[in-house]
Amino acid sequence: MNTLEKAENTTGLRRVAIEPVSRVEGHGKVTLLLDDENRVHQVRLHIVEFRGFERFIQGRPYWEVPVMVQRLCGICPVSHHLAAAKALDAVVGAHRLTRTAEKVRRLMHYGQILQSHALHFYHLSSPDLLFGFDADPAQRNVVGVLQAHPDLAKQGILLRKFGQEVIRVTAGKRVHGTGAIPGGVNKAVTEGERDALRADLPDVLRWAEQGVTLVADLHARNHVVYDRFGTVRSNILSLVGRDGALDLYDGVLRARDADGTIIVDGVEAAAYSDLIRENVRSWSYMKFPYLQSLGAEHGWYKVGPLARLQNCDVIPTPRAEAARQAFRERVGGAIVHAPLAFHWARLIELLHAAEVIEGLLDDPDILGTALTTTGPRRTSGVGIIEAPRGTLIHHYEVDAQDLVTQCNLIVSTTHNNQAMNEAIREVAREYFDGRAVTEGLLNHIEVAIRAYDPCLSCATHALGKMPLVVELYDARGELIDRRVRDAEHLP
Amino acid sequence: MTIVTPPKKKLRVATTSLAGCFGCHMSLLDIDERLVELLQYIEFDASPLTDLKTPGPCDLGLVEGGLCNAENVHVLRHMRARCRILVALGACAITGGLPAQRNHLDIRDCLQTVYLTGVGVNRGFIPNDPELPLPLDKVHPLHDVVKVDYFLPGCPPPAEAIWQLLTDLVAGRTPQLGHGLIHYD
Repeated sequence: MNTLEKAENTTGLRRVAIEPVSRVEGHGKVTLLLDDENRVHQVRLHIVEFRGFERFIQGRPYWEVPVMVQRLCGICPVSHHLAAAKALDAVVGAHRLTRTAEKVRRLMHYGQILQSHALHFYHLSSPDLLFGFDADPAQRNVVGVLQAHPDLAKQGILLRKFGQEVIRVTAGKRVHGTGAIPGGVNKAVTEGERDALRADLPDVLRWAEQGVTLVADLHARNHVVYDRFGTVRSNILSLVGRDGALDLYDGVLRARDADGTIIVDGVEAAAYSDLIRENVRSWSYMKFPYLQSLGAEHGWYKVGPLARLQNCDVIPTPRAEAARQAFRERVGGAIVHAPLAFHWARLIELLHAAEVIEGLLDDPDILGTALTTTGPRRTSGVGIIEAPRGTLIHHYEVDAQDLVTQCNLIVSTTHNNQAMNEAIREVAREYFDGRAVTEGLLNHIEVAIRAYDPCLSCATHALGKMPLVVELYDARGELIDRRVRDAEHLP
Repeated sequence: MTIVTPPKKKLRVATTSLAGCFGCHMSLLDIDERLVELLQYIEFDASPLTDLKTPGPCDLGLVEGGLCNAENVHVLRHMRARCRILVALGACAITGGLPAQRNHLDIRDCLQTVYLTGVGVNRGFIPNDPELPLPLDKVHPLHDVVKVDYFLPGCPPPAEAIWQLLTDLVAGRTPQLGHGLIHYD
């Protein structure tokens, strides 16, 4: 089978671009190379922006880092904020946070999971699922959902609002707050804040359950498409709690193969670099990670809600656990690889987040006064968290002057790079070959990308090269001259 | 309630994020259920929230993020040409913001750090495909390249400030941000 990563010969092929990929966060584009009969020869998801966080963090005092790095992403700033804080806990010797600090951070994180999942489903992806992949693009957005399904759209808006309010209470601001600091948090929750959040919980839980039912029904009604669309088999990776239960804040790394057999388990955060390697491709600023033990060809994997739900042994809250069991029983416990099943898994996690928040709001520890702890200083720290989109790894080295000397970030979307590329190639194989290219057909590609909920801003933290390329096309769009100057010959 | 007159014709609004983090777009959505009310008065053209890829003629353009590559410049010029009023939304659009922290660094050093010598990189090299847009040597604010009509500060600007700006423009007033709506964090 043609892998569609690279056309054997690009002569005479026509380039079609989806630019920008919309209703996702960040900057990406897809290019397809087609021949005269509309047969597909090459499909690539390119990450086209670079920003350079890993480099310009170097030289900054470590205590600035949790506030700086959350600017990687305005949709999941809390994930970066907390992954950095966790890494720097190790640097300040805070091996065990105070109960208040740990629980306030967890509250912040599950607020983040809830709001990000709500945004992704109700604001960004639901139009494809409710109206059809090739519906009128003028309707295919959140405004269209508000007009056609006003109650559903308002539930999405209010679910997101609740998650944002949990973040505001714990971090001080809805976007780019300052709650976590190395060694703990800078504030606890007040009784007034707690009671205000509690008042909204019954609605939030009810809407979250309705969301799970909605997606399960969509799958039941369209199972032929939902089980097949863009499906590619791969390994899966996530954190799991030390007891094997779903835990999105802390735990150890576990990976399974495509059939569900555990490949590695119990890997501590600090050992991540033994587990994962990364390859570089010429056509994307986003790297391609893989499990070192399996090699680049067989070692790539998926992360995110679909991986997490099938990697853990149990979800430690009752309603979400019941939903997980229903999800898994439908296919007899086999591993589901269908991208559209991400939506189902995501809404089960949204329900789980609401349940976790409910439990934390009932816990008096979130009102406590012991906020920070310290211990013997160390020079290195790795923090891993399950961000809404998947496993997020932050690694810092800090010198005796408190300055960061090295920073390595592997963000959730990067882990899914190969999987997203393979998914859109599968869609191209199934839907494109030989058919006239229409807007609706192109949206099929984006539907597969959206299922992974990519955060392309996160994925563009790395500073790329200056590809000094000048191309001259004639009026028919054919390349007639191309000059390339590589980075080694920069003036 | 700030808006009182019923709409004759909705304001057409395009939004885009350049070298930003989408946090300003999140702050726009943080007007929460008032989005429903706002949509009686505005309609979205090209935006990350819609599937319209390039803006047509618009009344208002909201631009988040600074300029870090040639594509950003192209998109910004197009927005300026299509929008009667252009707003620099947030810290990055106004000053370059956090991404401008790279402005004092040598680009080759950065490239090597990420793609050649980084932790866990296997057989690294530097991506060089023509599909990747040409980066600028420095991150620039919007007003280095186009005329900007309004600057709304904040990282991100608070939802209340965005609401005030939009409702003032809808009502045909010069935007006035009151106490607490202008801040820089």
